[in-house]
Amino acid sequence: MNITRRTAAWCAGLATALALSGCGYNQFQTLDEQVKASWSEVLNQYQRRADLIPNIVATVKGEANFEQETLTKVIEARAKATSIQVTPETLNNPEAFAKFQQAQGELTGALSRLMVVAEQYPNLKANAGFQDLRVQLEGTENRVTVARNRYIKTVADYNVLSRQFPTNLTAMVFGYSVKPSFTVANEAQISLPPSVNFDKAPAAPAIAPARPPAPAPAASR
Amino acid sequence: MMSLRQFGLLLCALLLGTWLGAARAQDVLPVPPLSARVVDQTATLTPAQVQALEAKLAAFEAQAGPQIVVLMVATTQPEDIAAFSQRVGDAWKIGRRDLGDGLLIVVAKTDRRVNIQTAKALEGAVPDLAARQIIDSALRPAFRADDYAGGLNAAIDQLMARIKGENLPAPQQRQRPQGSPFGGLQPLELLIFAFVALPVVAGVARRIFGRGLGSMASSGATGVLAWLVTSSLLVAGVGAAVGLLFGLFAGASNVLRSGRRGNPWGGALGGAIGGGLGGGFGGGGWGGGSGGGGFSSGGGGDFGGGGASGDW
Repeated sequence: MNITRRTAAWCAGLATALALSGCGYNQFQTLDEQVKASWSEVLNQYQRRADLIPNIVATVKGEANFEQETLTKVIEARAKATSIQVTPETLNNPEAFAKFQQAQGELTGALSRLMVVAEQYPNLKANAGFQDLRVQLEGTENRVTVARNRYIKTVADYNVLSRQFPTNLTAMVFGYSVKPSFTVANEAQISLPPSVNFDKAPAAPAIAPARPPAPAPAASR
Repeated sequence: MMSLRQFGLLLCALLLGTWLGAARAQDVLPVPPLSARVVDQTATLTPAQVQALEAKLAAFEAQAGPQIVVLMVATTQPEDIAAFSQRVGDAWKIGRRDLGDGLLIVVAKTDRRVNIQTAKALEGAVPDLAARQIIDSALRPAFRADDYAGGLNAAIDQLMARIKGENLPAPQQRQRPQGSPFGGLQPLELLIFAFVALPVVAGVARRIFGRGLGSMASSGATGVLAWLVTSSLLVAGVGAAVGLLFGLFAGASNVLRSGRRGNPWGGALGGAIGGGLGGGFGGGGWGGGSGGGGFSSGGGGDFGGGGASGDW
């Protein structure tokens, strides 16, 4: 084996090693799949919530003279949220992602308002079926939070990889762009200190759901 | 019960927490170390009560498999108990490695709040509603009467009855290295390595790198293969080191003996023996460690937010 052939072989070996490890192609594949999986979990939990809502609505409807506006808002928000077509492509389309997030956010708001209003109806509070639904909704919202959290973390890993050198070159070649992540819609609002007003006691539900005073578990019911 | 408004805030707070990162992470209660099945930071339970609960949970794990852990803290402020329990569950990952059947009971004594957190594998056995019912029927009345041990005992009884109905696979006897002196490496696999894969690898390495380096590379590869098969870092280190030594020795002797193209089998066999020995040694050490007494998390629990919380 002469020197040039050996040098060529060395170079080929080095290039293969670099191609396999250095450019992060495989890492992109791994993280891309992980992002897709955690996104599916988010959808899964949102679906669970959407499936729960008809039961809640039916139970609340049984309560005579329930505040119709609140109920209608939930029904509309659910219809809007479930009408959005979500595909894996949504992940690569920031506008579609933002639209989806906004629709789900509206549903969250409408639902939490519904539950707050329902507190004022003694019949509903005593209704075991409604209390069960409340527990289920609570668990579902927890699951949504966890799923969203995991999605945020996975996407952060992916985005770091696609922006860092030298893997950003791979991202450029193969078109792996930064993926969108969840944000809160009312960032400015929740950054404000909560305003507590005791003047109009019965107007409690009129406060926007995202702006209650700091949670005080010891004081809650 | 946590109201939906608090939920909205919790959600926002979690999102905000992700942004603010470390600055916020310092405010929340750190996750305590998992030292036992019953971790009582409030000194509410007497040592005898802790012992009794521990023994009960240990017997259940030995008999049925799932891991149940009780954590008592004074307060989870400023976090909600559900968020705190979620973090604890994520950190501890209780539940068998392959099944992930873990369950966590968190009691925040001065907050007067309790949370039952189920890993995903047990969400079917203990749905949110069942968790809530157990809190309402067992924990709340007893906790109101300051009978913490009694409440936990009753709740654990109910949880066990539910989990037993799930027909989870029985726990395996922990004796990994038994039967094979090579630990995770089966003798047959080792033979396949030595006689099929390694000569090929060694031949290729030889073509590319030349004699001495080729032996080293193939032997090093043996160590890596041993690691892949036994999936233990200890095995990797020992296997690679021993494999490299053997390979170097075999390669050097080949060069001395024949002077021309060395026999790839020498280096390959040396590497295989080295890797195998390393694997056997490392695997044995690892198996012995996990077989020892004491409690440790199975590491498979995946907590997805299932469960329920309540107050008293």
